[in-house]
Amino acid sequence: MAETKTYREALREGMVHGMEQDENVILMGEDIGVYGGTHLITDGLIDEWGPQRVMDTPISEGGFTGAAIGMAMMGMRPIVEMMTWNFSFLAADQIIQNAAKVRYFSGGQVKVPLVIRGPNGGGVQLSAQHTHSLESFYGHFPGLKVVAPVTPNDVKGMMITAINDDNPVIFLEAGALYGTKGEVEEGDNSVPFGKARVAREGDDVTLIAYGRQVNLCLRAAETLEEEDGVSAEVIDLRSLRPFDEDAIVESVEKTHRAVAVQEQWRWFGVASEVAAIIQDRAFDYLDAPVIRVSGAEVPAPYARNLEVAGFPSEDQVTNAARRVLYIEEK
Amino acid sequence: MLWNRPMGAIKTVYEVVKSVILFAGSYLQEGRGDSMSAENENSGNGDVESREEGGVATSTDRLVDLYRNMVLVRTFEEACQKGFRQGKVGGYTHVYIGEEAVATGFLDSFKEGDKVITAYRDHPHALLLGSDPKEVMAELYGKGTGLVKGKGGSMHLFDVERGMMGGYGIVGGHIPLGVGMAYAQRYQETDHITQLYLGDGSMSQGAFHEAANLAGLWGKGGMCPCVFIVENNQYGMGTSVERTTAMTDLAAKFDAYGIENEKVDGMDIEAVLECAGRVTEQVRESGKPYAVEALTYRTAPHGAADFFEKYRTKEEVKEWRQRDPIGLLEQKLLDSETIDEDGLQEIKDEYKEQIDEAVSFADESEEPAIEELYTDVYSGEDEYMGEE
Repeated sequence: MAETKTYREALREGMVHGMEQDENVILMGEDIGVYGGTHLITDGLIDEWGPQRVMDTPISEGGFTGAAIGMAMMGMRPIVEMMTWNFSFLAADQIIQNAAKVRYFSGGQVKVPLVIRGPNGGGVQLSAQHTHSLESFYGHFPGLKVVAPVTPNDVKGMMITAINDDNPVIFLEAGALYGTKGEVEEGDNSVPFGKARVAREGDDVTLIAYGRQVNLCLRAAETLEEEDGVSAEVIDLRSLRPFDEDAIVESVEKTHRAVAVQEQWRWFGVASEVAAIIQDRAFDYLDAPVIRVSGAEVPAPYARNLEVAGFPSEDQVTNAARRVLYIEEK
Repeated sequence: MLWNRPMGAIKTVYEVVKSVILFAGSYLQEGRGDSMSAENENSGNGDVESREEGGVATSTDRLVDLYRNMVLVRTFEEACQKGFRQGKVGGYTHVYIGEEAVATGFLDSFKEGDKVITAYRDHPHALLLGSDPKEVMAELYGKGTGLVKGKGGSMHLFDVERGMMGGYGIVGGHIPLGVGMAYAQRYQETDHITQLYLGDGSMSQGAFHEAANLAGLWGKGGMCPCVFIVENNQYGMGTSVERTTAMTDLAAKFDAYGIENEKVDGMDIEAVLECAGRVTEQVRESGKPYAVEALTYRTAPHGAADFFEKYRTKEEVKEWRQRDPIGLLEQKLLDSETIDEDGLQEIKDEYKEQIDEAVSFADESEEPAIEELYTDVYSGEDEYMGEE
C-alpha cells in the first residue's frame, strides 16, 4: 500500500513511527514544539506526545546537541532538529569530537544512537550564512553516518533506519523540497543505508547525484533523451556514509561515462570522491573522463538570479553529459 | 616529595577555607547569597561561613579509608609522571597531585547507578570508582590490556560498568554530555545522579554556559540531577583564573542559570566529604542541579611536564603544599592518635607495591592487536568503512 504524501509528511511519519516503537525516542530542537517547527516538520506533535517527547530547546545548538549525545550514551534515542544545518557549526565540536568518536576512544564501551536532522542546501534566497551543503564536511569523519534522501518514500524509510541505528546519523534533508509529493509506503518501509537507488535507468551515460540534484539530473535526462536521443541513467546515492560504490561502478561498466553532480562547492566534495572511485574501480570501462558539476566557488548570494547562477543548472548537467559523450554542447 | 604536612595546629574548616579563599584572591563577595534567594530552599548555600557550626562527624575508620584512597591516587599519579619521563606514557598526561581530596570526597557519595563524567584529568575518577589500577596504567602505556584497549590513553578513561562515563579531551566539551546524562537518569525514572567534574578553565567555554543553562532549565522540572563539581585548581594550563575572567567567583557564575551553588575547601577531605554527602542527597531528592566550587591546587605541573615556574612562583606552590590534602589528613590522623607514623607508612608501602605491580603489568602487557585499529568505529555490522 502506498499513498501520495509530501516530503514533510513522510518525514514526520518516519519520526512518529520511531516514537511509537520506543519511548526512548524523543524529539529535541528549537521551536519544534509549541511553535510547530520552523519548517512545520513537527507541527502538532507536541499536542499528541507532550513536551517530554517533543522538547523545545533554547537557541543553543552546542548545548542541546551535546546533551542529546549524553542521553544517547544512556540508552535514549534522541532526534535532534537543526533548524537548518547551517547552525550545526555551533554544534560541530559536539558532533565531531564527541558523537563521532566516543565509541572508539571508549574502546567500544558506549554507543550513540542519535539522529541529527534538518534542511540542507539552498535554493530559497537565504544567502551566505544560511546556505550550505554539509555532506562532505560531516562525511569526512569516521564514526558518523551521513544520508541525504530526496524522495518522500526514502525520507520516511531512511528516518526509520536512522532511528534504529546505534550510531550517530547526520540526516540531511532536501530543504527546498519539503512540499514535494510522492508515493510513500505505509508502515515500516525501512530503507537500508549504503544502498544507492537507480532513479532512472539508461544506457549511454550515468548521472550521479544525491539530494535535490537528483531531480535536476532527472530533468536533464529527459532533455537529453528528447534533444539528443541519449539514454541517461540517474543514480541517487542517498547514503553518503556508508557509500554504495558498487552501484556507481556497475552503472559505469554499462554506460562507460559518468557525470557527478553536487550543489556544494567542487573542492573536496562528494563528486570528487565519486570520480576517484570510478577511476579506481572502473578505469578500463571509461570512454571519457568523469566530469563534476558543482556550485560556484562563492558564498551563496541573495539575489535570485545570482543564486540560481551559483547552483548547478540543467544546462550544465546536459552539457556535461554531452561532453562525455563527445557530442556538441548546446 | 609532595607529602608535606601543615605547620602548626590544624585550623577549623572555616579558617582553612577562608585562608584558601583569601590566598586564591578575593573570592568572598558580600551579600551574594541574596541573588539565589528565590531558588534556594536551603538558606546560606554559597556562604562558606554558615557551615562552620555544622561540623563534620566523620568516623576515624572512614577517615583512614579516605586516606587510603588519596594515597592510591597520589601513588598512581607519581608512577604516571615517572612513566611519562621514561617515555613509556605517550601523548598528553595530566595528573591530579594536590587535588586528591576533591574526587575522593565526592566519589565517596557515589551510589550504584550514578554516573561520573570529567575532562582529561581523569585518572583518579576511574581509580576511585574501582577500575583496576593495572588496566588504567596499561591504558596509559598504550597496551591492549588497557581500560579502553589502548584506544584512548590518559585522557579517555571509561569504565561504563562502574559508572565512569569518560574522560574527555576538549576543555568544556563534556559538560553538555553530563547534563544530558542527568536528564536521561530522570527520563528513565531512576534516582541516580550524575557527578560532572569540570575545571576552572572550562568555565570560559560556551559549552559550559550552554550546558549550565540547560541544566538549570531542566532542573526546574526536577529533570536534571547533576552535581557540577568545579575542580578550581587556580590555573587553566598556565593561565590563572584572575587572568581569564573578571568575575572570579566561579560558584556564583551558576547563579546566572538558577543553579544553587557553594564553595568548599578542596584541600580538606572532611569538608569535601560533608559537602558531597549533603549535596548529592539533595540533588538525588530534588532532581535539580547543584554546583560546588572546590578550591584546590595542582601542585604538579599541568601536563606531566611543564615549566610551572614560568606562570607561578615557588612561594605560591610552597604555600599550597603546606595545605596538601594528604598532609593535612595525615596530621589529623596523627593528632587524633587514630594511626601512628608506622601505620601511615604501611599504607603508603601497600599502595607503592600495588602500583609497582600495575606498572609491571602495563610494561609487560602486549600492545593492542593491529586489528583493533579498525574496531569500535561504529556499533553494529558495518564497523569499518574503509580499506584495511
